[in-house]
Amino acid sequence: MFLRDVWTITAKDLHSELRTKEAWNASIAFSVVILLLFSFAFDPSSEQIQEFSGGLLWMTYAFAGALVLNRSFARELQNDCLDALIASPVSSAALFVGKALANFAMLFAVELVSLPVFVLFYNVPWSAAQVWPMLLVLVMGTWALTVIGTLFSALTVNLRLRELMLPTLVYPMMIPALIAAMTITTNVLAGNPVGFGMRFLVAFDIIFTLLAVVFVDTVLVG
Amino acid sequence: MNALEISDVWKYYGDFPALREVGLNIAPGSTMALLGRNGAGKTTLLRIVAGLARPSRGSIKIHGSIGILGHGIALYDELTAFENLTLFGRLYGLPDPRKRADEMLERVGLARVRDGLAREFSRGMRQRLAVGRAFLHDPEVLLLDEPFTALDDLAIAVLQSMIKSMRERGRTIVMSTHQLREALELASHVALLQRGQIVHTGERTQQMLDDTGWLYKTYGDN
Amino acid sequence: MREKIIIGLAVFAGALLAWNMNTIFTALPDELNQGAIYRIIYFHVPANILGMTGFGLGMFLSIGYLVTKDLRYDALAASVTEVSLVFASIGLATGSIWARIIWGVWWAWDYRLTSWLVCWLIFGGYLMLRRAVDEPNQRARFAAVVSILGSVNAYISYKSIEWWNTQHPQPVLSIRNGGGMAAGMEAPIWWNLLALACFSAILVMVRMRQEGFAREIDTLRRMAHSQ
Repeated sequence: MFLRDVWTITAKDLHSELRTKEAWNASIAFSVVILLLFSFAFDPSSEQIQEFSGGLLWMTYAFAGALVLNRSFARELQNDCLDALIASPVSSAALFVGKALANFAMLFAVELVSLPVFVLFYNVPWSAAQVWPMLLVLVMGTWALTVIGTLFSALTVNLRLRELMLPTLVYPMMIPALIAAMTITTNVLAGNPVGFGMRFLVAFDIIFTLLAVVFVDTVLVG
Repeated sequence: MNALEISDVWKYYGDFPALREVGLNIAPGSTMALLGRNGAGKTTLLRIVAGLARPSRGSIKIHGSIGILGHGIALYDELTAFENLTLFGRLYGLPDPRKRADEMLERVGLARVRDGLAREFSRGMRQRLAVGRAFLHDPEVLLLDEPFTALDDLAIAVLQSMIKSMRERGRTIVMSTHQLREALELASHVALLQRGQIVHTGERTQQMLDDTGWLYKTYGDN
Repeated sequence: MREKIIIGLAVFAGALLAWNMNTIFTALPDELNQGAIYRIIYFHVPANILGMTGFGLGMFLSIGYLVTKDLRYDALAASVTEVSLVFASIGLATGSIWARIIWGVWWAWDYRLTSWLVCWLIFGGYLMLRRAVDEPNQRARFAAVVSILGSVNAYISYKSIEWWNTQHPQPVLSIRNGGGMAAGMEAPIWWNLLALACFSAILVMVRMRQEGFAREIDTLRRMAHSQ
């Protein structure tokens, strides 16, 4: 059954990650470091920080997220686990969705942990009314990053130049979603209406999720 | 009704045919030894049958579930022996994965180290766990890619005993191998693959057992 | 025969281009607001039309490969995409030059420019990916997936001036309900498009022949190694 298979894969990835905490630690540490570095580059106390607060946040998430997404299929290479997974009755689509959900959970957790750091370092004014829109954009934006990152993790898993090809392919593909998320976040933090960006992000998520599920079997098997 | 029907399978790498017009019908309960030099196409054929690659032409019909045991052990280092087998039990859709995992650990002699992490096992223990994984769901058809290579004595003994018990229960086994002696002893049938083509297929005879090079000399082109 | 077609096209396109340049530089007056630099539109627009159409065509060819598994579709997709990338580069460069004169900056981060740059990056990545994969069928599969996903971005770029307020000028061509340009000013865009399309056809044919050779060499190498 599809959903049960998806859950088995998601649970396995999260279970493994909780055991080793490799990607988790690296990702959190990296995102805090980036936020710190950016605060040296841009004076956090200035008024102008409002204008690119969304940009800063999503840059941090994109880079820290790459650490998680790269490992997604790469972790299966050790001991040839990927072959065993593909040969099992679990469909490629279930394998993909399971991994995407696990990646999403990890990325979302990293984001939730770094968000207070961001609010603190950059003195971002905060109000209760912003919580729901903020969560919404976090979910939609992170899903876009996850879907693209997981699909390309599958595509590049067997390539010699995986470490080089994954960022090269993934970052340009993510840019429209990143820009939308950045704009929406900046608007939410400034208390402005959200605008066209949200509809774009939703459409982007739906289209790329469909494309990914359709093509993951072609990518993994042929 | 054949357990495994390989019809007119071709596999191209670019325009180069790695497999040409491969046809094999394997009756249920038989043990087929797939012989051939390095590069003859044995691994390619097994990967296609296992569903890890698509044939360029032709089809595979399998009646029942498949189990695979390849070069990699296909186990997660960060999970325990019990967790590994339970995971694969779930992936194969077994009704009671935990009970089956315990049974299998007993069978391969790893019940004592049930809760040990796979990464801490010795090489032989990992191999036995891998054998356990391959046979876990009691597949109708078992595909073994050079199974006797790089196994220690205890693992070989375990594997041989499991193959024998599968045969007694009427399961079908396809085994690619170099180690002619060990494979031919277990085999009821042989197929010789040369440069991507099946050049001989038939019952395993005593003559093949007595003179292990006879098959190559008779049907090979050296 | 093939050589004859290539030479014929080259001569035709060259003559057309020469005649068109003559029109552009001598017959047409300067544009009212932009002055002389507006003439860059005669390369900027055709190059971008070819680039975007090419990326879209590449998507259909990629789907063709995935459906038929015929490597010729893949060879054509790669050739068309590579040539389109060249024209996209020309489009970006000519746009940048125009922007420096008219807006005072080499680049602006509006949605049209950004999304087109993203396309350029994606299809540049497409070419890099092709070089990173050794087996032709696997290469074709992966490239096809990237091409199809990348085309979504090409579509975003195409629609960007409708969906967002962009700094990039709105459509002026009569076919896009832009009201058209002044009499005689629009035609050279289409003539240039024809000429550049002929050149792109030549480039694709040359590239296809290279792909054919590469395919033969690959097969020979595999045969040699299998002995």
